[in-house]
Amino acid sequence: MDFGFNQEQEMLRATARKFFENECPSTFVRKMMDEPAGVTPDFWQKLAEQGWLGLIYPEAFGGVGLGFVDLTVLMEEMGRAVMPGPYFSTVLLGGLAIQEAGSESQKKEWLTKISGGSAKATLAWTEPGARWDAAGVTLQAREARGGFTLSGTKLFVHDAHTADALVVVARTANGASPEDGVSLFLLPRDAKGMEVKLLPTMDQTRKLCEVTLKDVSVGADALVGEKGKGWRPLARVVDRATVALCAEMCGGAQKILDMTTEYAKIRVAFGKPIGSYQGVKHRAADMLVDVENAKSITYYAAWAVDEQVAEAPLAASMAKAYVSDAYRKVAAAGIQLHGGIGFTWEHDLHLYFKRAKGSEFTFGDATYHRERVAQLINL
Amino acid sequence: MDFRLTPEQESFRNEVRAWVKQNLPKEWTSRVISGPDVPRVEAYKFLREWQKRLFDAGFIGLTWPKEYGGRGLTFMEEFILHEEMALAKAPPVLNILGIAMAGPTIIAYGTEEQKKRYLAKILSCEEIWCQGYSEPNAGSDLASLQTRAVRDRDHFVVNGQKVWTSIAQAADWMMLLARTDPDVSKHKGITYFLLDMHSPGVSVRPLRQITGDAEFNEVFFENVRVPAENVLGGVNNGWQVGITTLMYERLALGFGLQVRLRIALDALVGLAQRTKTNGDVASKDPLVRQKLAQLWIDTEAFKYTGARAITKLLKGELPGAEASTGKIWWCETHQRLQDIAMEVQGPYHQLMAGTEWAVDQGLWQYTFLRSRANSVEGGTTEIQKNIIGERVLGLPKG
Ligand SMILES: Cc1cc2nc3c(=O)[nH]c(=O)nc-3n(C[C@H](O)[C@H](O)[C@H](O)COP(=O)(O)OP(=O)(O)OC[C@H]3O[C@@H](n4cnc5c(N)ncnc54)[C@H](O)[C@@H]3O)c2cc1C
Ligand SMILES: Cc1cc2nc3c(=O)[nH]c(=O)nc-3n(C[C@H](O)[C@H](O)[C@H](O)COP(=O)(O)OP(=O)(O)OC[C@H]3O[C@@H](n4cnc5c(N)ncnc54)[C@H](O)[C@@H]3O)c2cc1C
Repeated sequence: MDFGFNQEQEMLRATARKFFENECPSTFVRKMMDEPAGVTPDFWQKLAEQGWLGLIYPEAFGGVGLGFVDLTVLMEEMGRAVMPGPYFSTVLLGGLAIQEAGSESQKKEWLTKISGGSAKATLAWTEPGARWDAAGVTLQAREARGGFTLSGTKLFVHDAHTADALVVVARTANGASPEDGVSLFLLPRDAKGMEVKLLPTMDQTRKLCEVTLKDVSVGADALVGEKGKGWRPLARVVDRATVALCAEMCGGAQKILDMTTEYAKIRVAFGKPIGSYQGVKHRAADMLVDVENAKSITYYAAWAVDEQVAEAPLAASMAKAYVSDAYRKVAAAGIQLHGGIGFTWEHDLHLYFKRAKGSEFTFGDATYHRERVAQLINL
Repeated sequence: MDFRLTPEQESFRNEVRAWVKQNLPKEWTSRVISGPDVPRVEAYKFLREWQKRLFDAGFIGLTWPKEYGGRGLTFMEEFILHEEMALAKAPPVLNILGIAMAGPTIIAYGTEEQKKRYLAKILSCEEIWCQGYSEPNAGSDLASLQTRAVRDRDHFVVNGQKVWTSIAQAADWMMLLARTDPDVSKHKGITYFLLDMHSPGVSVRPLRQITGDAEFNEVFFENVRVPAENVLGGVNNGWQVGITTLMYERLALGFGLQVRLRIALDALVGLAQRTKTNGDVASKDPLVRQKLAQLWIDTEAFKYTGARAITKLLKGELPGAEASTGKIWWCETHQRLQDIAMEVQGPYHQLMAGTEWAVDQGLWQYTFLRSRANSVEGGTTEIQKNIIGERVLGLPKG
């Protein structure tokens, strides 16, 4: 047993930290908040050059062929920089769905393009019903003339407005259980009858869209994986994306703790640094406990999904439940311990606070995942 | 990163598992050591024998050097051993203060004679150790201790009092911190002694705890003569030596804590699955499910945080921030677990051992009450947070 990162992973961390300090300072993040695309072509190309867009994809498709533990390191650093843009939606949602369920030719086309930076992707899964289970998939795909016609609304879709390809989760049949009859389709963004609307979001570093499909016709070759059997691969994608999200959240939480302890050392009140007061010191210690536990449970989950051990779904849910609460608490404490300055737009804390909030509910909040843990441990 | 065991570790696991299966005492239930109606003497006798059996089988002192009765293995085997003990719900190890604190400190600071004299008997439980640190006026502020030791040729003469001394009534030896030089700053004049509890002038008075039984004691010293060769780590160097003990305490007790948490959690899950509230079992109640799942997650987090610390140790590095958070986290989780155990029992939680209506023969009532000490013993939660704030986060002292 070895519960640490190896030398290459530590090197990746150092490289990534430096890269984001140079390329993604908060001035850049703030610019991208106002930018509908959320990213510049230049920045995206640099991610591609680093090999990070294809980090987890096979070399045969232009990727680097690394695993989720390696990715964890990178995600932590991205979270530390509250990196804006469609990395998550492209690499961990759309791209991963294609890798998980797609045909050889779909994989070859899209993973190669994604790795090289010439295409972006996303996953259109959740709907206005806002459910994380299979019953939440109601968008209809009717079989017609050798192909399918899709109609319905997807909501909270990450970066659909900039994605070149959308993996749309649809219902092709109402089976015995809600998991039966879920199918995945690959749609180009200019598909006729599909309309994408960018929504104003609290966390402006993450763009969310409404995607409306009105009788969108696709051929049978648009299917990703087997008809009606899309739920299982989707669940695997979501578990893995969830773990990557947790890693990103850990990185953000660590950064808040760093900012807060630094501030507590220099901010003077009543003649002493505020960090010398126990009201501040003990709360900072609580933050550390949360951050360290969040990392521990996330690292385990990363290993578990990488190795596809039987416990992987449980590990993913344990991580998401813990980290959702931890990041929110740490972010709130960060603002509190900064006093008035922490409440300003100018200070970066709110970028993390809002990211924490958005991430908390993405793929299910702590309450949802605790119930899933309860089920998985046969409670 | 890899959670799989190597073939050697796997075979060690199997060795432990097979042995425990064969040797777990049939008469054992956790009631043997916990509950005011069980005389402590009887419990200690049982636990002494259990530790002896573990020792004879080679499962005590895994990480200690071979020449002193250990097996020269790594913390990894220790981790595996503890996991297996938890799965088997095995009895605790009685001489834990000797194994986790006195022994490692003697290994670090002892002379060759001291190592030969004390170590093997700690492992075999022939000699039980207690920790004489706290005093009526020195708890968190340990360095204020006032028990005096005055040199008298080749002896020291000890006078004073210790308090909250766990297991002193059964102990043969004490790790004693006493003041040898009152004229220097408080951290500088302290010496660490290995004190024979059977010496004339030592008296032990058990103190009744909120559980009703007496696990800790007051210990009085009246002109107790301690040979100078029983100084550990040099005269007036006791603070340094004593702090080392506390460091080992946090490390080694960590394994034991994980076991206890796991056993308690499994028991609580079982309880919730058979206890009816409002017509259905408690484990089907959505709020109870939320709380149990959170405990499960927190227990796992504790384990993995420990695993990160062990990994650093195995690579020869000092554990980082992750090692310091364990104690606080454990207390918080265990106390919450005990609270939830009361909640699951509803009105039955009021009943102590002595009626057939009591749940699990009143065991939970004992563990619930006992858990309040968790955030006090071994350094209070407030003190741990000061340490984290100052040593790990680098915040200024108050
Ligand atoms: C929305 C808003 C509106 C406001 N409106 C007004 C207004 O109309 N008029 C006005 O005059 N002010 C106003 N304020 C300022 C407000 O009163 C201060 O922000 C507040 O008193 C804290 O002071 P500070 O920001 O300098 O933080 P600091 O004093 O620097 O505090 C930073 C952190 O250290 C902690 N801390 C400081 N000293 C101690 C100690 N001794 N022990 C323990 N912890 C300590 C604080 O609790 C805080 O968590 C407003 C603030 C906000 C956020
Ligand atoms: C069941 C049990 C077994 C024990 N076994 C042993 C044993 O075997 N050997 C031994 O030597 N001792 C033992 N102890 C004693 C234990 O180590 C002390 O109780 C503990 O260190 C606290 O000291 P105190 O009781 O004097 O409390 P105090 O130090 O008086 O603390 C009282 C309260 O003040 C808080 N406080 C004190 N200083 C600060 C500060 N600087 N900042 C913030 N808060 C502060 C504390 O956190 C606590 O909440 C045991 C205690 C218990 C409960």
